[in-house]
Amino acid sequence: MRHTISVLVENKFGVLARISGLFSARGFNITSLAVGETEDPSISRMTIVVEGDDRTLEQIKKQLNKLIDTIKVVDFKEGEFIDRELIILKVPATAKNKKEILEAIESIGARIANAGAKTISVELVGDQTKIKALLELMRPFGLLEVVRTGRVAMSTQDKGLKIEGKPEVNE
Amino acid sequence: MKMTGAKILIESLKKEGVEVIFGYPGGVVLPIFDSLYDAPIKFILVRHEQGAAHAADGYARATGKVGVCIATSGPGATNLVTGLATAYMDSVPMVAFTGQVKTFLIGNDAFQEADITGITRPITKHNFLVKDVKELARTIKEAFHIAKTGRPGPVLIDLPVDVQQAEAEFLYPEKVEIRGYNPTYAGHPGQIKRAAKAISESKRPIIYAGGGVITSEASEELKELAVKNDIPVTMTLLGLGAFPATHRLALGMLGMHGTAYANHAIMESELIIAVGSRFDDRVTGKLDEFAPHAKIIHIDIDPASVSKNVEVDIPIVGDAKDILAKLNKAVKKPDTKAWLGRIEEWKKKFPLKYKDDDAVRPQYVVEQIWEATKGEAIIATEVGQNQMWAAQFYKFTKPRTIISSGGMGTMGFGFPAAIGAQLGNPKAAVFDIAGDGSIQMNIQELATAVANKLPVKIAILNNCYLGMVRQWQELFYKKRYSYTCLAGACPDFVKLAESYGAVGIRVTKKDEVRPAIDKALATDNVVILDFQVEKEENVFPMVPAGEAINRMIGDLA
Repeated sequence: MRHTISVLVENKFGVLARISGLFSARGFNITSLAVGETEDPSISRMTIVVEGDDRTLEQIKKQLNKLIDTIKVVDFKEGEFIDRELIILKVPATAKNKKEILEAIESIGARIANAGAKTISVELVGDQTKIKALLELMRPFGLLEVVRTGRVAMSTQDKGLKIEGKPEVNE
Repeated sequence: MKMTGAKILIESLKKEGVEVIFGYPGGVVLPIFDSLYDAPIKFILVRHEQGAAHAADGYARATGKVGVCIATSGPGATNLVTGLATAYMDSVPMVAFTGQVKTFLIGNDAFQEADITGITRPITKHNFLVKDVKELARTIKEAFHIAKTGRPGPVLIDLPVDVQQAEAEFLYPEKVEIRGYNPTYAGHPGQIKRAAKAISESKRPIIYAGGGVITSEASEELKELAVKNDIPVTMTLLGLGAFPATHRLALGMLGMHGTAYANHAIMESELIIAVGSRFDDRVTGKLDEFAPHAKIIHIDIDPASVSKNVEVDIPIVGDAKDILAKLNKAVKKPDTKAWLGRIEEWKKKFPLKYKDDDAVRPQYVVEQIWEATKGEAIIATEVGQNQMWAAQFYKFTKPRTIISSGGMGTMGFGFPAAIGAQLGNPKAAVFDIAGDGSIQMNIQELATAVANKLPVKIAILNNCYLGMVRQWQELFYKKRYSYTCLAGACPDFVKLAESYGAVGIRVTKKDEVRPAIDKALATDNVVILDFQVEKEENVFPMVPAGEAINRMIGDLA
């Protein structure tokens, strides 16, 4: 099963290496990973999308928690979070198909990031369904380049991610 | 008061109560060594940095204090790697300091530069690169705190030479606050209650004790749980000494080379009380056939160890000592009479034994060491057959008396670790039970032991083979002894000892074994006992890799 995990970590050098190293050393697969500063500049937030059964996920969360630089780990429950990803892609454009491309972009709510002499770059922020739809829509024009940020996610609950030490495993 | 980073380091170590540092000098640690020159801390100059790491480890295991070692940058630092990995696998509290090239040179492939924080990231509990001298004291405070709390482990601090030279105000923090690090000590009351109920109602319970019992100083509490409730106790290699091997409820070690009765007992138990142990593959054998009838209580300070290998029914995260004390108050004595009777039958039917003939059998040597030291010695081991025979035939009765690389299985560990153990226990008899292969991996530390008057006794069970690998080749590779025979170029260990200023005694006959051990014990110097033992002796019982642990081979099971 696919899980979206949010990890609050110390905003220090080497922390990303600790996290990614943990995944590779223990054979866990990362589908995507995105990092950025939070409302508190001393804390970074990573959104990690991973594949695994419940037991693997439990291990991943425990191992993440074990890192000294990890402040909090949250495994989002289905339906209780929003996730977004930014995708930029480039397609070749000619005088002949330019109109068709522009219509496609508009129809899906994407935007033109750059119009070059022979290419058009398209940007879209959306959930996975929307990103997938854009890719399918643009594929027939020929995808020259695709770049994605990886997903970022946030809970839809009214409270923020509180830092009060790590959660205990015992219930 | 302003002082240099090197001086801050010494002052911080004094604040931490560090009595001894094991290490080796080099270019970028010159400022530190200059401060060490007249520092009131004992410094043990080893002959290889790996020796420093293992000695600090042995010191920590034998005393419960944090072991400290120091090495220069580049090769000095990478030579610590095996020692750090060894300590990490066995949860040993250590702080290692490495020199680093100047901060502005980092990343430039400077002379003797290695990215040691990168290299040691997966084999330390945590590590630091200190780029600002103002951060140094706090970093050291945090390192010691991390090393010795929760599930202990090694912490490395990388110190660029310009940070050692720079000056700052020395202020050692009183308290440590790391927001991402809050180990759980008190066990959950509800879980303890559930565990107590399960134990009180059990018919065939067994305690499976690991190194965590020793780390948490919980032997007395463990003993109370076992003795008051008549529950048999089996131990992992690192758990030996947590419960006296001579007690009627003791089953010895379990697992691949465990006793047959321990393995049968755990497989037929219906309640496993795992304390500070982590269901390692050498313990469980084939996982899906492990203890099929058993409900499992797992007491461990590391949440990540719980339900990692086996599914646990009642997990209790916290400090073993605290949890066992609370359990002892809540458990009502179960009726285990029939169960203990069953175990007694196994004990009679499958005792640990060996051919007691005229040959010098390695097991006999270990038994004689046990007798001669009245079971009071600290026994370090190397890795392989020597280690398993030590575990099987030395009846450990006290915690912190076996010093052995369990998780990592590091050959060359035992001797430097014995040096560290001897330093921490000057009056104790300290042995390194070794093989002729392992001892040659850190033999240079003879100089360290002799120079510092640390009278470690090295008992080499010399069979001219890499014995454990040879045993596997005999059993599973049609006796094709591929590169495991060391005969032909085996050093004369007596002369070798003498060349370092130690004493060497060669033993070729059975009746010479005990007098040689007694002589070594009476010698106030390092002694190598070269026991020329039966060459193709095997360690039995043995569970072939990947088999269920009650399927043992050897005519002894």
